[in-house]
Amino acid sequence: MFYDFLLYALIGGIGVAIVSGPLGAFVVWRRMSYFGDSLAHSALLGVAIGIFLEINLNIAIIVCALLLAVVLVAMQKQHFIATDTLLGIMAHSSLSLGLVTISFIEDARIDLMAFLFGDLLTILPEDLIWIGVGGACVLLLLYYYWPQMISMTINEELAQVEGVNVSNMRLLLMLMIALVIAVAMKIVGVMLITSLLIIPAASARPLSSSPERMALLASALGCTAVVLGLVASYQFDTPAGPSVVVAAMLIFMVIYLRPTLKGRT
Amino acid sequence: MNTDIVKLEQVNISFSGKKVVQNVSLNLHSDCITTLIGPNGAGKTTLVKTVLGLVKPNSGSVWRKPGLIVGYVPQKLHIDSTFPLTVKRFLQISRNITARDIAQAVASVAIEGLLDSSIHGLSGGEMQRVLLARALLKNPQLLVLDEPVQGVDINGQIELYQLIADIRKARGCSVFMISHDLHLVMSATDHVICMNQHICCSGHPEKITNDPSYIELFGAASAKTMALYAHHHNHDHDLHGDVLPADGEHQHQECNH
Repeated sequence: MFYDFLLYALIGGIGVAIVSGPLGAFVVWRRMSYFGDSLAHSALLGVAIGIFLEINLNIAIIVCALLLAVVLVAMQKQHFIATDTLLGIMAHSSLSLGLVTISFIEDARIDLMAFLFGDLLTILPEDLIWIGVGGACVLLLLYYYWPQMISMTINEELAQVEGVNVSNMRLLLMLMIALVIAVAMKIVGVMLITSLLIIPAASARPLSSSPERMALLASALGCTAVVLGLVASYQFDTPAGPSVVVAAMLIFMVIYLRPTLKGRT
Repeated sequence: MNTDIVKLEQVNISFSGKKVVQNVSLNLHSDCITTLIGPNGAGKTTLVKTVLGLVKPNSGSVWRKPGLIVGYVPQKLHIDSTFPLTVKRFLQISRNITARDIAQAVASVAIEGLLDSSIHGLSGGEMQRVLLARALLKNPQLLVLDEPVQGVDINGQIELYQLIADIRKARGCSVFMISHDLHLVMSATDHVICMNQHICCSGHPEKITNDPSYIELFGAASAKTMALYAHHHNHDHDLHGDVLPADGEHQHQECNH
């Protein structure tokens, strides 16, 4: 079917946006957006390793992102350099390492732009299964550990005294973000994944009085951005990832400018 | 009967080579208010966090009664303004907490009117009461407070200390708190520990104010005020400074130390 690829991209994009809502809220609350960037950059290293070792790319990306999340959590325990420095080192090192590795693979024809900025033409039914399974796992874990994660986000020491295993929760949150970034890569690409996490969550903040509402609203706004962006991308032949991000940005601007506009009339 | 609920023995803690807590041993008893005082940088908060299990000592042992339920009111709670939160949601700490649990905790600190307010707009005193309510939710056997009156005006401080004393009486829980002002906590404390890295002196509040190491740490003037105050502690003042008749309720419950 002619429209199949658009349908796949829509289903995949909506799946990713649903999971990105609550996770993006945590990224905003806990100021982890740079962490998301670092993991996204490492996804390209996963692509390179996957091609190099001739294994399934989805598996390679997921394993690489999860490993990097674990390494980051472990390295945060040292006190010589701050976390943002550490993230900067890892983000750019893994991105460069990925690009260098890809340059060594001569016979493989890789569309680097597709990985960096997303390409809806490359989405296959197999990718939808990865998004579905990965997304369902994350949603179940989020539901089960929600009270602990909220407690931890309010205050880690208070949560620990109340019996929450804070270091496990922190690791779990990072692993979930890594997983979502890995499965979302094909839709919006390495460079733009973090925006799908933070822009809908940031847009939801002024409209929310509870963390739950903010998480659900972020999912809804993310889905809207995906649908608008992909339809526009198909209509005007613009790149898929950037189109989705532009749509998310427009939603963000409407929400934040609304009180100002109302005030004038 | 007073039984030990927490025991610290020969605890030493240092951060990057700097000794913060030295050779501290202390016991916390059930149904007893213990107040920790000392100058800035004396290691009070570190010691409190050791009792809570948030800080692991470099040497020495920490024993907590198995299954001990602890309520904690931290010195300062900064909640990021990106996090939308009402007081009611803040108190909903787990799925097991019922509306009745919340109502009880809220009533004991008198913050019924704040339930639907955003946590970001509370005053210092209101925030402390909300934190106290949260600490009470699980019916703690030990209530730990790190400078509970910080950022509260003087009347509010007196009220808060009275509230803590009332809660202890009503619930029979033990209280361990940090204060920078012994003057105000005097009437509401059974046992005082004065520390400056190590424990300088400890005992009944009146005894402490006459202790040479306390006078050295806080100055003679301060000790004198407190000694005077100590003579008056068999009655109580209301918020206007009027003397309230002495009654049995305001007498200290003695702890066995």
